[in-house]
Order: sequence, then structure tokens, then C-alpha cells
Amino acid sequence: MALLGGACLVLALGVCAYGICASIYGVRAHRPEFSESGRRSVYALAGILTVAFLVLELAFLRNDFSFNTVADTSSTTTPTFYRAAAVWSSQEGSLLLWAWLLSLWSSLVLFLTRKRMREVSAYATAILLGFGGFFISLMIFYATPFATTNPAPADGVGLDPLLRHPSMMIHPPMLYSGYTLCIVPLAFGMGALLARKVDAEWIRATRRFAFAAWLFLGVGIMLGARWSYSELGWGGYWGWDAVENASLMPWLTGTAFLHSLMIQEKRGMLKVWNVSLVLATGTLAIMGTFLVRSGVLSSIHAFGGATLGVPFVVLIGVLVIGSIYLVSSRREMLRSEHRLDSLLSRESVFLANNLVLVGLCFVIFWGTYFPLISEALTGHESSVGPPWFDRYTVPLALVLVLLSGIGPVIAWRKATFANARRNFMAPVLAALITLTVLLLAGVSAGKPFAIAMFCCAAFVLGSVGQEYWRGVRVRRAIAGEPVPTALVALVKRNRRRYGGYIVHIGIAVLFVGVAASSSFQHVSELSLSPGQSTKVGAYGVRYVRPIATITSQSDKAHTGATMSLGAVLDVSKAGKHVATLSPSEGFYDSGDPSEGSVSHLIGGQAVSHVSMNSGVTRDVWSAIAPDISTPRLQRIMTIANRTIPYIRPDEGMIALAVLEREYLKAPPPAQFKLIVSPLVLWIWIGGGIVLGGSLIALWPAPSAVRRRVSVRARSRAARDLARA
Amino acid sequence: MGAVVAVLTLILLAVVIAVVSRPLFTAHTPRDPSELDDSQAPARSELEVAREAKYREIRDTELDYRTGKLSTEDYDAVNGALRAEAVEILDRLDALDGEREEPDAE
Repeated sequence: MALLGGACLVLALGVCAYGICASIYGVRAHRPEFSESGRRSVYALAGILTVAFLVLELAFLRNDFSFNTVADTSSTTTPTFYRAAAVWSSQEGSLLLWAWLLSLWSSLVLFLTRKRMREVSAYATAILLGFGGFFISLMIFYATPFATTNPAPADGVGLDPLLRHPSMMIHPPMLYSGYTLCIVPLAFGMGALLARKVDAEWIRATRRFAFAAWLFLGVGIMLGARWSYSELGWGGYWGWDAVENASLMPWLTGTAFLHSLMIQEKRGMLKVWNVSLVLATGTLAIMGTFLVRSGVLSSIHAFGGATLGVPFVVLIGVLVIGSIYLVSSRREMLRSEHRLDSLLSRESVFLANNLVLVGLCFVIFWGTYFPLISEALTGHESSVGPPWFDRYTVPLALVLVLLSGIGPVIAWRKATFANARRNFMAPVLAALITLTVLLLAGVSAGKPFAIAMFCCAAFVLGSVGQEYWRGVRVRRAIAGEPVPTALVALVKRNRRRYGGYIVHIGIAVLFVGVAASSSFQHVSELSLSPGQSTKVGAYGVRYVRPIATITSQSDKAHTGATMSLGAVLDVSKAGKHVATLSPSEGFYDSGDPSEGSVSHLIGGQAVSHVSMNSGVTRDVWSAIAPDISTPRLQRIMTIANRTIPYIRPDEGMIALAVLEREYLKAPPPAQFKLIVSPLVLWIWIGGGIVLGGSLIALWPAPSAVRRRVSVRARSRAARDLARA
Repeated sequence: MGAVVAVLTLILLAVVIAVVSRPLFTAHTPRDPSELDDSQAPARSELEVAREAKYREIRDTELDYRTGKLSTEDYDAVNGALRAEAVEILDRLDALDGEREEPDAE
């Protein structure tokens, strides 16, 4: 089947090459049949890559270790659930996933625009196929997913234990969907510039794709944060890691675009800014993929090798230079149709929001690429850590949250100070009440940014709550509906506006969780023996007893670990039992015989299995690093390595059972990391609210789908309205 | 196995060629009314986008007014300007369309 997969890639590359030529010829020579043929090439590409992806997925599910990729990233002991996801854990599989998703999204957007924007679509088709061709070329010439070894090894190395987490099933597809969806507006933006048709139509055609890209990236980022929090054993959800930042940057510019496109749609303004944002977002998405896959910057999330750096750098160079050329050569036709009517208007707030978002992106870009920049300038690689990022991003985030509360209560075009004063009353009151309550509750004034964030969030809740309340009141006055019906009708009729407001609430809630958990958390790292206790914040934690399991079948975390060692912890507050936690560490087969016939069974990367008690007000989080290097335990391993042959892993498991028994009988002190973080749950709840609001805003309005009134009928109606 | 793969590849190739080349071998007959006069299509679709945006702007302005974000004076001025702009767009669409009525007019 590897042959079929390889043939699919060659065929796919041929289709890309043909489609690019046909599309460009079609639009240049005014031969629409060729443009149509080019568009169909994208559909064909999607079909071919679907077959290729299925071939690879089947190889993983069938444990076909003749595929090098399968042998490198899966094994017979890897649970089926994770075998299915192992496809995208490898360099080759992730490239195939990228190209496949791009082909699917490209097919969808080209199908939806098949009767519109023929010139723009034709150029966009060529650009989308260009990206597809680039990734397929990488798979053919650099990292083929269908390379095989004959004879096939009996077993594979297994999936990286760090990736054996449920969120890893959907985190990469979400992130890659986000990245590939970012390419759709980029292709249409470039197409519009090439075709010199820079009105709002290309924006309208790709707006939902830009929104979907933003949504998928957001979900991917949240899942990544959740994975980091519950799998990596350091207790954080965001560490300003290069790969984390790489996914955040296009999300930030995408957020800016989603706001500023409304100004272009309504007023014909900000055309240069919008097309630049789209091009920057697409380029940042490619740079994100480059960071994960090139290994150019060290990251706990980077799983690629160093072979793909040069092709990616060339692609990014072409994108940057091409974008700058296109925008500068079309700047005359990108001139704004109107000017800003008033500084006190929603347009102004959106502009400010855009500047903050792009500022955030710039700060993160500088910090992320600083190692490369410093090495290029000084010859020495230096990097910046979380405190550097926090110094600049925290104030900007505060302004951003504040603006997300100001925007909803300011009118489009022009607002008066009198109206603004009245509209700001409730939000400001909410912020002041929050401040008073916090100070009365004795929340430390030594955390000014956290307190400011709580107040800003209250301001947002106040302003959005007021908007909903006033909107419902208007509906009730017009239609006499009861409150729930009026609320539903209000949102249904104005999905983008009220869905967007829900997103603002979600962001505010999320930042409350971030501010509280990062400012008021208690951390304790210490060594404990069974029976010993410690205090973490207001909580007492007692190491009750050790626990241990061997073999993959009985592995509690179901991750295929050969052996897991952990502890039962009793958590109490003011003498009352709160929770029982059981953190453990999984030991995996390294597959390296040189470590010893038995030692290799547990010689792979040790992975922490976090245990936590999550609540509305706080999380109690625990991780353990058991010590198996004591002389007594090492002696067991030495004897086992000497007496048991490598080809008898069953006997090796017996030796591990002896090790387990000895560990339980006289457990050495274990290293614990214990964290009590307030309001962490609200980060995930905030993310859920953002998702819900986004889906409401993204959902097509029934009127847009079905309402078709003749132009003349509308014309008459509008004239009547104008006379009324 | 090799023969099966070769056959599957050939079938895939045939399907791809059939899908991709079909427009080249079928006469291009416009089905959509907007395709009848292709020279007008871009201008029309641009105006239709502008029209939808203007309608949305009128609705948003009305909602802003009703929810207390605009004074009556500002609302009258902005609303009047928006409606005048909408009428201008509709006139331009009318001029493009001539006497042709859409069959599914409500």
C-alpha cells in the first residue's frame, strides 16, 4: 500500500502543477474553461490526498511497521486510540495532514465561490495549489510518509509518551485546520491584488474562513494549553514557548482582521491595513508550521527535524517579498473611500484594538525570534523568558480587555459624549464595585495588574450585559415578546454582533482565570516520604502511601507505560478532607538494547501523570518524580540485566515486578510538585464561552441564505423608506 | 499486491483526468443569469456586496439608536446619509439591470 501512497503524492504534485498553469492561463487568456479546470484540480487534489491519508492511517491502525513512519512513531503496545493520532505526531504524517486539510478547505471555498469573482478565484486557486504543491514536494523530496523498510521490524519505537494525552487526538488537527484556513484569505487577498479587484467582495467571500481559522486556532491553542497543564508536569498552561507563541501570533493578527474587516465592509476604509493583516496572518501561519517542523528553535512542542528549514525559509521569503510588492504596487486602488467621522466612534475603538493586537503580536514575534535575531547579529544565541514577555504583554492585555468592553457601548460612525457618559455608567459601576469588593476581601494590593484585570473584566461584563439588556428591551417594545423569546430573537437577528459580544465575555473570563492563577498561586516543590505532610497555601497535603503498576494493561493512565510509580496524597483544608490525589510517573520502553535487557523496558522518557482536584474557586495540582536510582533498586536492575536475555521481555517484566514490590515495601523519598491555583477552571470555561460565541457569530443568518428579493423591489422599498 | 496497486493508481489517474479535464471538453453554456453578460458581472456583484453592507449598516445604526448609543439628532443625520447612499447603490444596480426582473421576485 505504500506504493499507492507514494503514487498519490506524485499524482497530487502533477495535479497541482497542472492546476496552477490552467488557472493562470484561464484568467490571463480569458478562457474560463481552463480556470474551471484549475478549480477542479483542487477537488481532485482533495480526493487524492484523502486516499493518501487513508493509506497512512490504515498502516498505523494495522501496525504495518514496513512503513518507516509507523515504525518510528507507533508500536504494538501503543493503544489504538493513540495509534490513530500517531499519524500526525511524525514529521511526515503532519505534513500530509497539513496538505490534506488545505486541500479540503480550498475545495470548500472554491466550491462556494464558483459563480463569483472569477478572476480573483482563478488566482486564488493557483496560490492555494502552490501551497499544496510546496507541502507535497516536501513529502516527496524531504520527508516521505510512504518510505518503507524491508524486512519490516517486528515492532516500532512507540509514540512519544508526552503525546499520549486525549487532547493530542484533536489538538494538532485543530491547529493545522487553523493554519490551513489562514491560507484561504491569504490566497484570496493575493488573488484580489493580482486581479486588481480590491473591493469588499473577496473579504465577504472569505470572511467565514478567516473566522473559522481564528476559531480553530483558538481551540487548538486552548487544547495545547490544557495538554501543557495536565501532561507536562510543570504545572503551567502557558510558558511563552516558541511553538505556543507561533500559534498565538496568527490568532492575534486574525483577531485584528476580524474587527477591522467590519470597517472595510461598512465604510470602504482600511483596505491596505486589511489586506496586509490577511497576508501577515497567512505568513505567520506558515512560520508557525516552520517552527514546529524545522527544529530551528528549541521547544518542548517541536517535533520536527532540521531538514525542512531551508525550503520553509524560501517560502516565507517569497511570501514576505511578494506581499510587500503586491500591496505597494496596488496602493492607489487600496485608497480608503471614506474618512473617520469621529474619534468617538466604534471605528476608532476598533482601530485602537487593532493597534494593541498588532503590538502584542510584534512583542511576541520579537521575543520568539530573538534567539535567531541575536545569533545573526552577535553570533551568540540568547533568549528571553516569561518575565520579559509578561513585562510587555500584561499591560497590552489589560488595554485589550478594556477595549473589548468599550467597543460594544460606542456607536458606529459618531457618538456624543452625553450618550457615551450614559452608556459607560453601568460598566464603570461594575468595575468600581469589583474593586471595592476585592479591597474589602483583602485581596493583596501588591498585585496591581491582577486587580486591574478583574476590574476590566467586570467592566466588560457590565457593558455586554447592558447591551443584551437594552437589546432585549427593544425587542420587547417592538414585538411584545417575553424575555427569553426576545433574547433568542435578538441574537438570531444579529448573530455577528451578539455572538461577538459573547466572545468578549469569554475573553474577559479567560483573562480573569489567567490573572488569578498566575498572581495568586502557591507552589511547593519538595521531597516527601510516606506519612509526611506539607502545607501549600491553605491546604495540607499528606503523602499517604506509594502506588505502583506494571505492564501496559494495568497502566492506570492507559498510555502504554511499562511501569508507573506514584503516590496517594490526602488533601485537606482546616482539618477537613478535600480530595485524594494520585499522581504518578510513567516509565516507557526505550527500545535501546544498550541500556540493558531489563533496564530498556523502563529506560525511555519518564512522563508525569498529573493528578488534580479541580474546582470553581481553585485547582489543587500535583505531580511526582519517584526515585528509582537508590542502590537497593539499582542492584535489582543490575542483576536482572545480567541474567535475563534481551529476547525474553516476559522475564524482564517479572524482574520489574520484583522492583515494584521492593519499591512499595520500602519507598524512597519522592520529589513532589504541588500547586494551588485559584480560578484555573475559568480559563477553560472562558475558552468554552469564546467557542460558543464564535459559533453563534459564524452561523449563517437565515435571511442571508434564503432571502432573495429583486433589486427593483428593494430599490422601491428603499426609496419609500427614504421618503418616510 | 503490486498489480493491485498499479490498477488502483490507474483508476485514480483516470478519475482525476476525467474530473479535471471535463470543462475543457464541454461547451461553456452560462446557466446563471449573472453569466449572461459577463462584462457586467463584476460590477454587479461589487454593488450587491455594497448593498448588503449598507443594509447591515442601516440595521446596526437603528439598533445603536434604539439601544441608546446615538442621540436622535445624530441618528437622523447618520440614518439619512446611509439611506441616501443605499438608494444610490440601488439606482446603480437598476441601471445595470435595465428592465430585467428576477424570476423569483417576492
